[in-house]
Amino acid sequence: MELQAVLMAAGGGSRMTDLTYNTPKAMLPVGNKPLMWYPLNLLEKVGFEEVIVITTKEVQKAMSTDLKIKDVKMKLDVVSIQEDGDMGTADALRHIQPKIKTDILVLSCDLITDVALHEVVDLFRAHNATMAMLMSKAHEFTETVPGQKGKKKTAEQRDFVGVDQSGKRLLFMANEADLEDGLSIRKSIMRKHPRMLIKTGLVDAHLYCLKKAVVDFLTENKSISSIRGELVPYLVRKQFSKTVNSQKLKDDTDDQTQEKNDGPANHELLISSRDEPLLQLAQERSCWNDHRGDMSEAYHGGKLRCYVHIMDQGLCCRVNTLAAYIEVNRLAPKLFEEPSVHPSADISERCQMGSDSIIGAVCHIADKTSIKRSTIGNFTTVKEKVKVTNSIIMHGVTIEEGCNIQGSVICSNAVIGRGADLKYCLVGNGQHIEPEAERTNEIIVGTDQLMEI
Amino acid sequence: MADSGVIDGPGRKDEIERAKSEGKDLTKEEKQRLRKEKKQQKKIKEKKDDKASQENEKEKKPVTSAAPASQPPTQPTVQKAPSAVPATAPVSVPASEASVPADKPTKTKAELKAERRARQEAERASKQSKKGETGQQAATSKPKAPPSDLQPVVKRLPEHIQVDNPDVLKKLAKKLERQQIPLRSDYGYKVSLFSHLHQYSRKAPLTQQLSIPSTVIHPAIVRLGLQYSHGIVAGSNARSVALLHAFKQVIRDYTTPQNEELSRDLVNKLKPYISFLNQCRPLSASMGNAIKYIKKEISNIPSNCKEDEAKNKLLKDIESYINEKIILAGVAIAKCAIEKQKISDGDVILVYGCSSLVNHILCKAFEKNRKFRVIVVDSRPRLEGKEALRRLVQKGISCTYVLISAVSYILPEVSKVFLGAHALLANGYVMSRVGTSQIALVAKAFNVPVLVCCETYKFCDRVQTDSFVSNELDDPDDLIVTRKGTTPLEGWENESSLGLLNLVYDVTPPDFVDLVITELGMIPCTSVPVVLRVKNVDQ
Repeated sequence: MELQAVLMAAGGGSRMTDLTYNTPKAMLPVGNKPLMWYPLNLLEKVGFEEVIVITTKEVQKAMSTDLKIKDVKMKLDVVSIQEDGDMGTADALRHIQPKIKTDILVLSCDLITDVALHEVVDLFRAHNATMAMLMSKAHEFTETVPGQKGKKKTAEQRDFVGVDQSGKRLLFMANEADLEDGLSIRKSIMRKHPRMLIKTGLVDAHLYCLKKAVVDFLTENKSISSIRGELVPYLVRKQFSKTVNSQKLKDDTDDQTQEKNDGPANHELLISSRDEPLLQLAQERSCWNDHRGDMSEAYHGGKLRCYVHIMDQGLCCRVNTLAAYIEVNRLAPKLFEEPSVHPSADISERCQMGSDSIIGAVCHIADKTSIKRSTIGNFTTVKEKVKVTNSIIMHGVTIEEGCNIQGSVICSNAVIGRGADLKYCLVGNGQHIEPEAERTNEIIVGTDQLMEI
Repeated sequence: MADSGVIDGPGRKDEIERAKSEGKDLTKEEKQRLRKEKKQQKKIKEKKDDKASQENEKEKKPVTSAAPASQPPTQPTVQKAPSAVPATAPVSVPASEASVPADKPTKTKAELKAERRARQEAERASKQSKKGETGQQAATSKPKAPPSDLQPVVKRLPEHIQVDNPDVLKKLAKKLERQQIPLRSDYGYKVSLFSHLHQYSRKAPLTQQLSIPSTVIHPAIVRLGLQYSHGIVAGSNARSVALLHAFKQVIRDYTTPQNEELSRDLVNKLKPYISFLNQCRPLSASMGNAIKYIKKEISNIPSNCKEDEAKNKLLKDIESYINEKIILAGVAIAKCAIEKQKISDGDVILVYGCSSLVNHILCKAFEKNRKFRVIVVDSRPRLEGKEALRRLVQKGISCTYVLISAVSYILPEVSKVFLGAHALLANGYVMSRVGTSQIALVAKAFNVPVLVCCETYKFCDRVQTDSFVSNELDDPDDLIVTRKGTTPLEGWENESSLGLLNLVYDVTPPDFVDLVITELGMIPCTSVPVVLRVKNVDQ
């Protein structure tokens, strides 16, 4: 077996609590399919037969009832972890270490992409890399987000990613938050790779191919708890560190972990197979080198290599904020050739429906309604004379007559009273909007939610 | 002697040649025997011409060792008569199997004739029953005007040089489908002279069509195929070593299924892997020989052998093959070259591209304190010379670097030319990186000795006199260069009258090569068939 897929579906959606306080992030409907269906579909299309899904008990229960997930033909090995336990992604990997028999492909449940997965995996295979990841050019979100006052104030924490000339080898990775006085790059990196391109407009897709040795390394170093936050920068740094001498490199972050890890870290360097001398021989006789201009052999003799595939076309989106959620609802349905209207929906003839709207199962759409550029979930009822534009309506919602809903997100089981006028609002789960209400740019959630701090 | 159209049974030939070479007169007996042979052959030739048209339709599967076994042991040593064979001789894959020169049975003429006739009748009957599909095959696979005494060996042209023949492509597609391997499609406009060869693009790797945790093909083989197609493992020796390494992993992970024998099942398992590797990048001659060796070793495993023992034996065999044929051969060649004063003090040696063997020889000579300098000649688009330059300079050898266009300028300074080889063909031609024949030609014009260094495992039974028939077309996009932001050849696919050609190999005639250094010693180019024959006798 070559690769084992691991899907991390235990995330809480901490950046979009308004959406996730009732529905776990992995089950949020996007285009009327649960969010975690998309990465599962990606894996299934490519040919995986088994996936290890790490999730919470809540999600596990929801998965067992969801039709779309039951449609998935792969064998899902669900591992549930404590919801409130502070388990980071790396901790979760450590938890399932006994199941891991070979190299792994780790995905996050909130990734929606149409990447050709073989591009990432080919880098991993061809260069015998320790890690290969996927990144994509970030796109600006154009839709207005409910509840946002004015332009985005907080600058997103930027990631500085340094790649070599070919654009494939990952040389440097740091988050703006970790850099206080500026970007410092070690001389050893510059000596080996004099031309480095530093990119900031990239979004990390949280899709990693990791060697089995890395998982074993994690079991020994219990201090690493997050893959993206700690493991990946560590691996990128380790490519250029001198482990032969006893020089311990002091870094700004991960101080203690570095020292502790230098001993067991040697395990990583023993990634190679049993026939290391033969591989060495083949490499010596081969007339290939990944760089030119200096006296060192291919890969500068380094055994630890990290690669990145940067997508510039196509969809690659991580649904971790409200803006991303809205954007993705617009784009995701275009990935699949599915009829926009579910066959079991009951739509009256005098309803005006735009072609880019999606209607879910068992819906009742009455006369004289107008639905444009919207997504309507399953089991929703839309009464007469309702205008829905640019909105996302989740499952089980009732919209009474005469409503006008624009640019909003209505969560499950909400009831919108008659004649209400909602512009750019987010209505939380199970909320009731009183009739004749007029709300603009508001987030309407229950009072119990407001107590959570 | 080999040029004559008449070929004796191998045993006889040896004797007579030996006798002639020793200067003795042929005894009366021997002369009589010779005459008898000639008569026999003439008669068979006449019969053969009748059957020629029918034989054409007979298809011979290359890998079935059963086929040559069914044919009489006095198989004509057709493969060893290079000049009797037309230039478009097919790759005689079964050659090694068939060319086991058994001794001629001592039967009377009449008995032999009866035997032959019976066999021919049987063949004709079986042929009538199955209609040959590709009539075109007839046209392309000419039967060698066989000076053979019996069934002519109708060689099928290998499919990788018949890409413009839709029937062959269809058959290939069917075969790959059966083995569950995706078919790689050709890319770009092919120059008409080379339209019979495959041309692939590196941007469309074969893994696009494979499932990602590859189940049909062992992951080590997928990795190897990727490394071949990206050029990460390049060079004849490197490719063979990497292939054997991957096969070791395959053998380690192999378990014999129920009711199957390891010796037969493992060979069948390896077939799709080899097709896959062939699709990624056409196999080299050295790889072909290595595969033949492994297959032979596997099929020779006795059926009562336990699985673990068998696997261990195979792994040891592979390691010993690498050790003997590649590592020790390299050491022996270096020793030979240095001790026989092929590299002497004050020499100016010209090398081309990056040959692992030549680099090894030069490094060893430098260690033995010979004083020489090296001129490295390089060519686009691969620019492999830069890697050779790096390795030599790292050792401390003083080098000069030129491009191939400057070769006639630099040759007056050169005292010897060392070339590496991808394969040595049975007619003495040297197949090597494109540009080698150019250098050999210019060196000949300047009267500079040209020495080719090649291990014997790269000797190949194929015969070729030009670089068109069988070659490899690399990705044409490699020829595109971007300088100062402009790419002149951008969008070349849209120009209908523009074709980019990126050849990989070319063939150097033996007239330009003065010496071939192998681990068996220093031989002239024309002795390659002798070495091949000796090797086959040993096996």
